[in-house]
Amino acid sequence: MSWGKHDVLEKSPMLMLVGILIVVSIGGLIEIAPLFWLSSTVEKVQGMRPYSPLELSGRNIYIREGCYLCHSQMIRSLRDEVERYGHYSLAAESMYDHPFQWGSKRTGPDLARVGGKYSDEWHRAHMIDPRSVVPESVMPGYPFLAERELDYDDIQDQLKTNATVGVPYTDEMIEAAKADVEAQAGKDSGDVAALLARYPKAQARSFDGDPEKVTELDALVAYMQMLGTLVDFASFDEAGPNLR
Amino acid sequence: MAATTQRDEWKALSDILAIGAAAFLVILGLVLAIAGADPAMKFHGCLLLGASGLALLYMLTLFVEGREPADTSGYADGVIRAGVIATVFWGIAGFLVGDIIAWQLAFPALNFDLPWTSFGRLRPVHTSAVIFAFGGNALIATSFYVVQRTCRARLAGKWSPWFVFWGYQLFIVLAATGYLLGVTQSKEYAEPEWYVDLWLTAVWVVYFLVFIATVAKRKEPHVYVANWFYLAFIVTVAILHIVNNLAVPVSLLGTKSYILYSGVQDAMTQWWYGHNAVGFFLTAGFLGMMYYFVPKRAERPIYSYRLSVVHFWSLIFIYIWAGPHHLHYTALPDWAQTLGMTFSIILWMPSWGGMINGLMTLSGAWDKLRTDPVIRMLIVAVAFYGMSTFEGPLMSIKSVNSLSHYTDWTIGHVHSGALGWVAFISFGALYCLVPWLWHRKALYSQRLVEWHFWISTLGIVLYITSMWVSGILQGLMWRAYDSLGFLEYSFVETVEAMHPFYIIRAVGGLLFVLGSFLMAYNLWRTARGDQPVDATDQPSVAAAPEFRPGEYTAPAE
Repeated sequence: MSWGKHDVLEKSPMLMLVGILIVVSIGGLIEIAPLFWLSSTVEKVQGMRPYSPLELSGRNIYIREGCYLCHSQMIRSLRDEVERYGHYSLAAESMYDHPFQWGSKRTGPDLARVGGKYSDEWHRAHMIDPRSVVPESVMPGYPFLAERELDYDDIQDQLKTNATVGVPYTDEMIEAAKADVEAQAGKDSGDVAALLARYPKAQARSFDGDPEKVTELDALVAYMQMLGTLVDFASFDEAGPNLR
Repeated sequence: MAATTQRDEWKALSDILAIGAAAFLVILGLVLAIAGADPAMKFHGCLLLGASGLALLYMLTLFVEGREPADTSGYADGVIRAGVIATVFWGIAGFLVGDIIAWQLAFPALNFDLPWTSFGRLRPVHTSAVIFAFGGNALIATSFYVVQRTCRARLAGKWSPWFVFWGYQLFIVLAATGYLLGVTQSKEYAEPEWYVDLWLTAVWVVYFLVFIATVAKRKEPHVYVANWFYLAFIVTVAILHIVNNLAVPVSLLGTKSYILYSGVQDAMTQWWYGHNAVGFFLTAGFLGMMYYFVPKRAERPIYSYRLSVVHFWSLIFIYIWAGPHHLHYTALPDWAQTLGMTFSIILWMPSWGGMINGLMTLSGAWDKLRTDPVIRMLIVAVAFYGMSTFEGPLMSIKSVNSLSHYTDWTIGHVHSGALGWVAFISFGALYCLVPWLWHRKALYSQRLVEWHFWISTLGIVLYITSMWVSGILQGLMWRAYDSLGFLEYSFVETVEAMHPFYIIRAVGGLLFVLGSFLMAYNLWRTARGDQPVDATDQPSVAAAPEFRPGEYTAPAE
């Protein structure tokens, strides 16, 4: 038993294969491809820059520990979210994120604009034992981050790879990456002025309270403290060309 | 005579290729084990070295002794038996880890503050173990079974099917141990790093070749509908996997890589992948399973051939558009969100086309629901499929999604699909397959299947109802305003409110785990050949074909 012309496909697996390939390609092509060439997909904003080497290291720890599974970094354009977390997230704010960290679940709160909301001391206590500062929290503790020294031997390669996939790291930034890690983490020898010239608005201090060592906690808190702080919303034109 | 010689030459060539490939992997594993840039890569080099070393040793032993691996005249069932065992094993592992992390959310002390036992590292172990290890092994095993029976042809390749099986297990072990060590790309359901992705690509290409070559040498003129679904699943998953995982490694000897895309483009690509992991891995593949095992077990033909044609093409065409509904009200452009929502709603129709075709196959045999718990499991799976494919389009509507997104409602929705549909249809297929593959007259105990069915169903109901309540409650609390126009609840108050529902959910999960232990016990006793305790209660189709009185040619064959 068969149905007209469909018989042909049922008797030729190769034709059916070609049919499947065509049918499943259409939707993806139409939805994904234009995002790469419609320039209004990503808004024009002031203030976005690549992550500093220490922030990037912190972001890699955020990824390693699976923080994105419980924390979103995407404030939706809904009244209660804007009031709770701040200005809705722009596409421009994750333009240097490989991969994106928008998340899909809020077991914990959104972190897109957590930068500057809490002190370093709060973050330290919270990472070591979340329930010491938020008794109802269900977050795991991460006491080991304060004890582990950050491994940044390959930080130049990390920046280079980011440059390969399109993040505008300059040769100078790559060259100075190790020094920038140390300067931002509060080591006395660091040249903070040079760091700030390369990465405007970067915050440089000992985030974990111990200026002698660069720990994983330094990197993670440095990342937390810069989240959502880059874009200058005073100069952002909401009515400008964007597809929202 | 000439034909025989040519055949021998082909066999020799395939042996040499297989041995050569294993030798190459031994060297690669050795290089990574010694020169790996980080401890995780060194460890994974050791795993590759060990696995390919054992394979090489096994093949060389056969070669030197001049033995053939097994009887090659009939169907190749050895690899399917291995797949059945792996499905049960990974299923239990995946469910167990899932229940552990469910308890962690209720009682955070269970994270033990150690890196490798924290929720963030265990959650991908749970999702990958259930989707790829349990679901993937079930799909590979059943597709190998179905394609041989419906094409009346032996599985193509001598070593290839076994490479698919063992290569896939190695993929699972590399992925899971990587997560525990903190090796992840952070793309949900695509967490394995670049080198594990490459390995899976190699395994998947061979899987595709084995499948299509078996279809090509079929003795039936028509390719049966189950195989269309398996084929669409295999090729589309290959496309999704490759496109979504394009990345540049920091070092060829290290685990870390950076994804090619960034921000909004990466988000769209990820959820195009993510939703079609649901659409093609967890739906199309398992529909292939439904199209074989439901008619076989019910001993009835598929309800409507035309419906299967229409719903096949419309399902695979429409599913691929649905990804943007994961990104409503985000920085993804509105036009893409609206397209995603529109197609997600349309998707309701082909989904229910498949459900109707599965359910109505029982026409004239509805009494079997009462007498045969295996068919009940298969049919309840299809009913859950219908329920979650109604809920999905509902949740993809932007105004509904503004409430449901980021909450446990999504988690509950996923589990009504994963536990109700994917796991139940797989359990049904396993209960069919074990007596058939191990040549037994019946399952060891039908009563244990009853227990499994009811315990698991109760577990699913507890799971999804508690997640509905907690999800909707939390969504409403986030947007609640007091009389002065301020947000009424702080975030942590909404976390506190989840506690009782997290406990109910974890209890539901525990019931589901218990059910799967009953299944493992029952299947083990069946495979071992123990005397069935209630053989007379079981339908004749429960027996392996050679034991069925007056062998009945089922329509699906």
